[in-house]
Amino acid sequence: MLQDKDRIFTNIYGLRDKSLDAALKRGHFDGTADIIGKGRDWIINEMKASGLRGRGGAGFPTGLKWSFMPKEVGERPHYLVINADESEPGTCKDREIMRNDPFTLIEGCIIAGFSMLAHTCYIYVRGEYVRERQALQRAIDECYEQGYLGKDNKCGWDYDIIVHHGAGAYICGEETALLESLEGKKGQPRLKPPFPANVGLYGCPTTVNNVESIAVAPTILRRGGSWFAGIGRQNNTGTKLFCISGHVERPCTVEEAMGISFRELIEKHCGGVRGGWDNLLAVIPGGSSVPLVPGADIIDAPMDFDGLREIKTSLGTAAVIVMDKSTDIVKAIARISYFYKHESCGQCTPCREGTGWMWRVMERMATGHAQKREIDMLLDVTKQVEGHTICALGDAAAWPIQGLVRHFRAEIERRIDEYSHNAHQVRPVLEAAE
Amino acid sequence: MTKLKVDGNEIEVPDHYTLLQACEEAGAEIPRFCFHERLSIAGNCRMCLIEVKGGPPKPAASCAMGVRDLRPGPEGQLPEVFTNTPMVKKAREGVMEFLLINHPLDCPICDQGGECDLQDQAMAYGVDSSRYRESKRAVEDKYIGPLVKTIMTRCIHCTRCVRFTTEVAGISELGLVGRGEDAEITTFLEQAMTSELQGNVIDLCPVGALTSRPYAFQARPWELTKTQTIDVMDAVGSAIRVDTRGREVLRILPRVNEAVNEEWISDKTRFVWDGLRTQRLDRPYVRRDGKLQPATWQEAFAAIKAKVDQTAPEKIGAIAGDLAAVEEMYALKQLMAGLGSTSIDCRQDGAMLDPANGRGSYLFNTTIAGIEDADALLIIGANPRFEAAVLNARIRKRWRLGGFPIGIIGDNIDLRYDTTYLGAGTDTLSDVARASQGFFDALKNAARPMIIVGSGAISGENGSAVLAAAAALAREVGALGEGWNGFNVLHTAASRVGGLDIGFTPGEGGKAFAEMASGGVDVLFNLGADETEIVPGPFVVYVGTHGDRGAHRADVILPGAAYTEKDGTFVNLEGRAQVSSRAAFPPGDAREDWAIIRALSAVLGKTLPFDSLAALQRALYQSHPDMRSDRIVPASHDAISALADRAGALGDVRLGSKLGDFYLTNPIARASKVMAECSRLASGEKLQAAE
Repeated sequence: MLQDKDRIFTNIYGLRDKSLDAALKRGHFDGTADIIGKGRDWIINEMKASGLRGRGGAGFPTGLKWSFMPKEVGERPHYLVINADESEPGTCKDREIMRNDPFTLIEGCIIAGFSMLAHTCYIYVRGEYVRERQALQRAIDECYEQGYLGKDNKCGWDYDIIVHHGAGAYICGEETALLESLEGKKGQPRLKPPFPANVGLYGCPTTVNNVESIAVAPTILRRGGSWFAGIGRQNNTGTKLFCISGHVERPCTVEEAMGISFRELIEKHCGGVRGGWDNLLAVIPGGSSVPLVPGADIIDAPMDFDGLREIKTSLGTAAVIVMDKSTDIVKAIARISYFYKHESCGQCTPCREGTGWMWRVMERMATGHAQKREIDMLLDVTKQVEGHTICALGDAAAWPIQGLVRHFRAEIERRIDEYSHNAHQVRPVLEAAE
Repeated sequence: MTKLKVDGNEIEVPDHYTLLQACEEAGAEIPRFCFHERLSIAGNCRMCLIEVKGGPPKPAASCAMGVRDLRPGPEGQLPEVFTNTPMVKKAREGVMEFLLINHPLDCPICDQGGECDLQDQAMAYGVDSSRYRESKRAVEDKYIGPLVKTIMTRCIHCTRCVRFTTEVAGISELGLVGRGEDAEITTFLEQAMTSELQGNVIDLCPVGALTSRPYAFQARPWELTKTQTIDVMDAVGSAIRVDTRGREVLRILPRVNEAVNEEWISDKTRFVWDGLRTQRLDRPYVRRDGKLQPATWQEAFAAIKAKVDQTAPEKIGAIAGDLAAVEEMYALKQLMAGLGSTSIDCRQDGAMLDPANGRGSYLFNTTIAGIEDADALLIIGANPRFEAAVLNARIRKRWRLGGFPIGIIGDNIDLRYDTTYLGAGTDTLSDVARASQGFFDALKNAARPMIIVGSGAISGENGSAVLAAAAALAREVGALGEGWNGFNVLHTAASRVGGLDIGFTPGEGGKAFAEMASGGVDVLFNLGADETEIVPGPFVVYVGTHGDRGAHRADVILPGAAYTEKDGTFVNLEGRAQVSSRAAFPPGDAREDWAIIRALSAVLGKTLPFDSLAALQRALYQSHPDMRSDRIVPASHDAISALADRAGALGDVRLGSKLGDFYLTNPIARASKVMAECSRLASGEKLQAAE
């Protein structure tokens, strides 16, 4: 279990004073200028040494991502864009950072911006996050007032942060769609290559990072990459905000060491599964887009990127959705399918047409109004969507269904049987309304 | 150049190629819907998926990936892609299935049937049955104008139309609204599109979502006879294909000609065909007792002979209109020479262009493709958007690449690209620097500046002076450099350059167009000139196709053939001689114009020395070898320099386009219902539906 002294987010629950002065006392902005003074190579090497993997879901090494930016500023300025469009169902970590501990993010923006020679940072906040945007803006204003941002600031790197409020589309959390939206266009993912590090915001070199990835950077650099690397397992280092929701006694967002077992995470922080461990049906461990796993498979699995990959799911954003045996699991996945059908941008064919198809079949599966061969057909459709689309939304729509069929095929078949048995019951004859 | 392997075959392609182009180069066919060579890459149909060796274990969209993005193998092997693996086949089948699940099965009543990309590719890459058991999506049809009919349920969201209108046509009136399944193509407010190039979205649409409204339910593509020919609606000379069934022209489509129209045509070119059926002159008429009455050819010729015999040669004249082919003008010129008259003129718009000044003085010397090499442009008294819509698209294409300042003297109009407005009249022309020092410097410092003079600006009294001033300006800013000729005249009539090339202009002592039209002659042969009023007095022999202004004023009407009904040479504004082909026969007793003139010459006793079109063309090529091929012979700079030397005082006049209504510039267009409706819409007149 993570010790309190190793916590990066010291005010994640907002129990303490949220002002800049209080944050300074807790150690934020401590030696920021010194870190910047050590130069960008040192920062990037330290980030690489820390083994920090992006916290937005894909788990791409953050230090490596920063190093992709051009080493010198050419004709085009560099930009840092923070993805605060936290829309993945189940995920609620970035909002806590923005609401309660925003200075971790702001300081991270300055350091990350320096390491990629960007003087401007855009923070794209999800449309629904009104209070979060206000809290973040208040914190930024404070930083400007006290000289931590702007020209000739105390950190030693001219820096501006602009908060942009989205309009509430899930797809705008995809990094290139986010850039499109930020440019004032319709939020539709771009084709890659070119990658944002070459052609990003307004055609300039851009790095898009998740809020949490950036917010942990200052502490990593203050305490050293090796400290961070010492927590968790090889390749899955550091601490992580887990957002546990669903059928646990006390749902919460908590900072924990990577690699903590699912059992420990739930028992220590959430008071256990509702109705005891025997009542656990299934878990979606990384936000709605990752495949679910049956409770038995995950209980002792380490909660990190590689540990969850071994049980054919993924850490994603570490939004752990716990479902007990009262859950209508097919209906739950059908609801997730509806979400992806609703949020598909409509740009490319497999996702535009496939998400609607999958949802409709899922709805029928939920009632059992289907045929057993349609289960394989549905699985085939998910395979045709997966990997054939411009962005990962197609994959995200396909995986939950694949997980369901993988683990709960018997349940679907049972419903189909039940539905067809009931079809022979004597019912009042319906007459045509003429 | 980059080397790669496609399906095991090694090929070398230019660096900028996409994988799709590289595969095509290697002979592997790649299905596609959204990809189009002349539009930006959307990569959204996902039909062109191929397998890339060494990449992630999923197929890649070949249209969106460049050959440069490929990585060599671990031991430096050539990058390799596959188009025929099971993965690719499965991916294509999947995408095709997705495209079809919400596509209606209305091929039997769809106008795209038989030439539908979706049909063809479903046959080639799809599976034979559907697994989709849910309800299909239906989408409300949109009104986007009188030319393009929409059946939006068929749309597969390739966004070619959106990209065309924003990129090539320069209007942001089409867009994709909504998202996911509910995404729809629309004009947002259900207004008609305002582009003169909008018809091209019909060709671009890979399915039957956007079809030609006038052509709706007229024919199936396999019933049509296709004739490749040349357009005459403007002076650009776009390559077109005329589709006919029997003797009726049913539609007009563009052909690819990289040097001229790429593959776009203007709406006037595309939709004018209904005008070929109405208001046609199908028999000769002779005016008796003040009324035009049907006559036989013999009677008509006799009436002409009677009149010509009574008239002195210097009182006989001939004018040629905007749609005349070189052959008939040549024949008419020979006839007039035979009759002893030098009063001939083809400059209906009164443009002060004279072949005696040299060919360079009236050509679009830069050439249309050459626009892409220019780096600054000044437009003087022209409206290329209406006068040469396809050429305007080329200017826009160059402008989109950036570093192309464009200045305008004349009417301040929206040309679909950013311009610097300098002023309206000759005072600006005589001192461009004063109007905008910045633009003048840009023009002067440009390595390859271009000046376009509109035919409207050089007509009338001041025309010669304006032309000379423009030539002088061109010389001053360095438009007449080594290997570069930036002096351009923008013609509006298909016949004009051909007419000037063969010298269909007044000879010694001859009378000019305006003088003849205002009664300077007693007998006037009018070869399809309908834009000018001819005063009462002269005996007018009208050879033409439509009952338009010229026919109303005529004393004898000899019914001729329209451009789709004859073989004829048209020289476009660049000086490119192109031969049109007959797609249909002229109606009734109408004959090809050269044959009418030949027959008339025999009646008048001045028999022309050719009995067939081939013989006529032989004679024509003998005296004008440039007409033999569609190669451009660059004109020398000397003519323009000589013109520039003559620059003198400019009167004070406004310079502007004199085109009038874009949709109604010639008798064929004026006979077209579709063009009339477009004209009404363009002029802002709202029609209420009769409900």
